[in-house]
Formats: sequence, structure tokens, C-alpha cells
Amino acid sequence: MLDGGTLEGRGIAWLAGGGDEGEIVLSTRVRLARNLQGFPFPIRAGFEDSGRILDRARAAIEASDAMREATIWTIDKLDQTERDLLLERHLVSRELVDRAEGEPAFAALALAENDDLAVMVNEEDHFRLQAFSPGFALDQTWRRVDRLDEEIGSVLPYAFHHEFGFLTSCPTNVGTGLRASVLIHLPGLVLTKEINKVLEGISQVGLTYRGFHGEGSEVVGNLFQLSNQTTLGKTEEELVDHLARVTGKVIEYERSARSVLIREAPTVLEDKVWRAYGILRTARSLSTGEMLNLMSGLRLGVSLKLIRTARVQTLNEILVLGQTAHRSRDVGGSLDATEADVARAAYVRDRLAVEAESMSAGGDTPDEEPN
Amino acid sequence: MRRRLQVSEAMTDGMLCDECGERPAEIQLTTIEESEMKTHHLCSVCASEKGVSSSTSAKAPLVDFLAQLGKTEPQDSSREQGEPCPYCGTTAADFRRTGRLGCAECWAHFDSRLRGLVRRLQGSAQHVGKLYVHSGSELGDRLAQLAGMRRRLQRAIETEDFETAADLRDGIQELEASD
Repeated sequence: MLDGGTLEGRGIAWLAGGGDEGEIVLSTRVRLARNLQGFPFPIRAGFEDSGRILDRARAAIEASDAMREATIWTIDKLDQTERDLLLERHLVSRELVDRAEGEPAFAALALAENDDLAVMVNEEDHFRLQAFSPGFALDQTWRRVDRLDEEIGSVLPYAFHHEFGFLTSCPTNVGTGLRASVLIHLPGLVLTKEINKVLEGISQVGLTYRGFHGEGSEVVGNLFQLSNQTTLGKTEEELVDHLARVTGKVIEYERSARSVLIREAPTVLEDKVWRAYGILRTARSLSTGEMLNLMSGLRLGVSLKLIRTARVQTLNEILVLGQTAHRSRDVGGSLDATEADVARAAYVRDRLAVEAESMSAGGDTPDEEPN
Repeated sequence: MRRRLQVSEAMTDGMLCDECGERPAEIQLTTIEESEMKTHHLCSVCASEKGVSSSTSAKAPLVDFLAQLGKTEPQDSSREQGEPCPYCGTTAADFRRTGRLGCAECWAHFDSRLRGLVRRLQGSAQHVGKLYVHSGSELGDRLAQLAGMRRRLQRAIETEDFETAADLRDGIQELEASD
């Protein structure tokens, strides 16, 4: 296992695009909350216990097939920009980063060599095992994290109760400890104003949604993270299956909303898409929110093949790499808000210009563009 | 025959809850009883006591429920609050404040309270997912045993039970030596 080391290019395989329904579903993730027997949960664990938990995590991860060649970063040892990079890549939670403030809390992130599995250590629970995939891939993502869970759980004793299942610090996670989610782009439903009905329907069938930036975040860029609300009383397969079926329905609704827009308001739609692309190609200052909103228009245009000079993968990357910590890292310093907006606009212009050039040179069929 | 028809959040502006008459009504519940339609206006607390939830209250069920715990059990909870988890020291008040339990033992210690809460939050209190039996890798067992003993040692020192502490310290050294 590698200790620390470069964050360059790590943990962004989930942006690779492609995968099933890759234009609408950006990525899929499944996480399992687990705690070790014999240790207080992180909220109560002191310095020594937290250190021991991290030691055990290292040993168990190293002993696993799934994550043998993992890299592990202790959050304490990362500077602010590096922590923000991990947050922007959706590899760690705000809670994990905050735990590293003040006293050392032995909060850590282990990431598999090929970036498709990760473990947060000493977050709200001792372990948060996570698997990520590009596109809509709930079943395979669940199976991947399940294998890691079997491996870790055979080495270390988990806290398990015959009625409550896997014990967690917060009762909203107890039982399976499983939270499956899909990051989905729903501009059609937003433009046709059907979105509230869909979101209401989702909450009635035991699912919930969050914004792009995770728990407690507002919805920006028409990006929604749909996930299961409850974790107990159903099997892992049932939870994953249910989310998959509902997501499938939402994809259908989104497609039919897009068809309605094309049929009923083609000019409005095209205008929206091309304006978004025009601003992204020329703006001199872009806030993160504005970037995400305009990227939604461009993504819709690419998905409907109105715009053939950008690929979904590039759009995914811009969403993450266009954010402030990534822009700061590129100039090797920290940027204030105004500087960040200017740097972001320059980055987006540049990425889209290079992309347009390479794609018009290589023909105009984005689907056949080799990666 | 009683049939529940509809839960909605509309049309409760400025009304008080039909049930408690104190809190503002947030949820409109329409029922049919003996083929007569009735409309009730409920606050979220009374609604959840009746097992009714709207999509809004379902978004933050834990917070709602914790608030409810604080309001509905003012007298008898003081005694329970005085008895922290013997393993990690978490009290019921800590749990209400943070929404977090301190350790696996808290689940046993606060069992009676948690059962209702879990049923309300999760719609069930019985895990039916993966079964877990630690197959007893020797290393894992020893680590778990050591961890438990270290905790007990700490508690023994805190409560000045030095006899137990000495026994535990010897036991820990013995186990560690078998590494």
C-alpha cells in the first residue's frame, strides 16, 4: 500500500463517461457504513482509539484482493487545497475533512489503484466503503463494494446486531449501512416543469435526492443525486434494485420530456443550448454555479446531437476540474473568488476549444470517437 | 371502516393543529370514515404520532423525531438521561443533540428508545440484509478482544476500580505478548 503521494489524476475514473445511459446518468456509487467491534464510534473515539482504528484499516485493506495496491492519505497531512481537491472529486465528505481540523483524528482516505473503490476511515462511522462507476451501473457497483466488504469483514470484526444489522453511529444508516446513488442530469424535466412531480414521486417510494455537491447542497446544473432513503428492513439487493427500477423510470420521463421540448419548442431549446455553448466558449469570468448551469445546457445539446464538437467525458471532467481548488492547484497557489472565476472561464474556453478542434478534425460523430 | 385518502401540505396556512391545538398545522390529512369524508389539519409532531408523514417531513425524519422525543417525554426521560451508556458515556441528551450514538453498546443501552425511532425512520426494526458472523480469523478475534479490554481498563481507571484495572492490564499484556 502506498502512503500518500500525488493526487494528480487520482479518483476521477467515475468521470470517464460512457457506461449505460452515460449521457443522462453521470455516475453510480454505492457505499456501506461499517464499524468495528470493541471501539467507540468516531464521535466518541479518542486519540488512541482512532489511531488503532486507522491501523486496523490499513492492515485489512492491505490484506484485501480488491484494494491491495491502494494508496492511503491521512487528511491531517494534506493542505487545504488538497483537501478541497478530494471534496471536488467527490472522494471524501465534508465531515471527513472537518474531522481533521484541530486535533489529529486519523481521518483517512484509501483509494484503490484503479480508482473504482475507496474507504473513508474515521468519518461518521469507522469505515465507509465506497464503489464508483461511470454511467448507470448499480448492480455491478454494488457487487464490487460487497466483495470488498466480505474481505474486510473476514479480517476485522464488525459491530453487528441480529435485529438492527450493521450498527452505525446514526440510526438513519443502520441495518445494511447501504446508500446507493446515481448522479443524474434532468434538464428536460426541469424545463418542462415536471421535475417537482418526479421528485415528489421519488420521495413517496422511499428514495431521496441531493444536489451535485452532496448532502445538504442545493440543486445546480440540473444535476440530482438520487438515493435510497432507508437502510433497514430490505435486503441490499432489494434496495439497489428498487433504486435501479425507479431511476430507469426517471430516465424514461427525462427522455419523453426532451422529446416534448424538441417537438413543441425546438427553437427555444436550440437557442438555450447554443447560447450556453457560446458563453462557455467566450466568457472571461465564470462562477462555479454559472459554469454548472451553462454546462447543463451544453450537455443537453451534446446529448441531443445538436452540438457535435464535445464529448460527454470532457463535459464530466470540466464539471469537476473546473472547480476552484482544481483551478488553484493548476496555478500553484490559492485564488481569491474573482481570480478563480477568471481562471475557470479560461480553463473552460481552452478545454472546449481543444475539444472542438480535435473533433472536427476527426469527423463529426461523437459516438465513434475513440477514447 | 376507515380509509386514509390523502396527505398534502396545502391549505394549512395559519391553522393550528386539530390534535394538540398548539402547534401550527403543516399537513392536511383526508380520511373516509363510515363513508363520510373528513379533513384533519395536523402539525408534524401529531401527524407522525399517527404514523402519517408528508414528503416534506420525510426529508428530515431524524430531526423531526428527535425534536419530538424532546417534547413528548419531558418527565420520565430525566432519569434515563442520567444513565449514560456504560461503555462510552453517551447520554440520551447527547444523542438528541447530535443524532449520533457513541458506540455499538449504545444500541443495547438505549434499545427501548431506539426501537421506536428506528421503526419510524426506517419503516422496520428488523435487518433482513446480509448476515454477518465474524468467522473468527484469529487476528481479528484477538484485536477485538484487546480493544474491549482496553476500553474496560480505561473505565476501571476512571471509576478508580484499581483491582479490576490491574487484572485487565495483566490480561492485555498477556494477549499482546502472544502477537
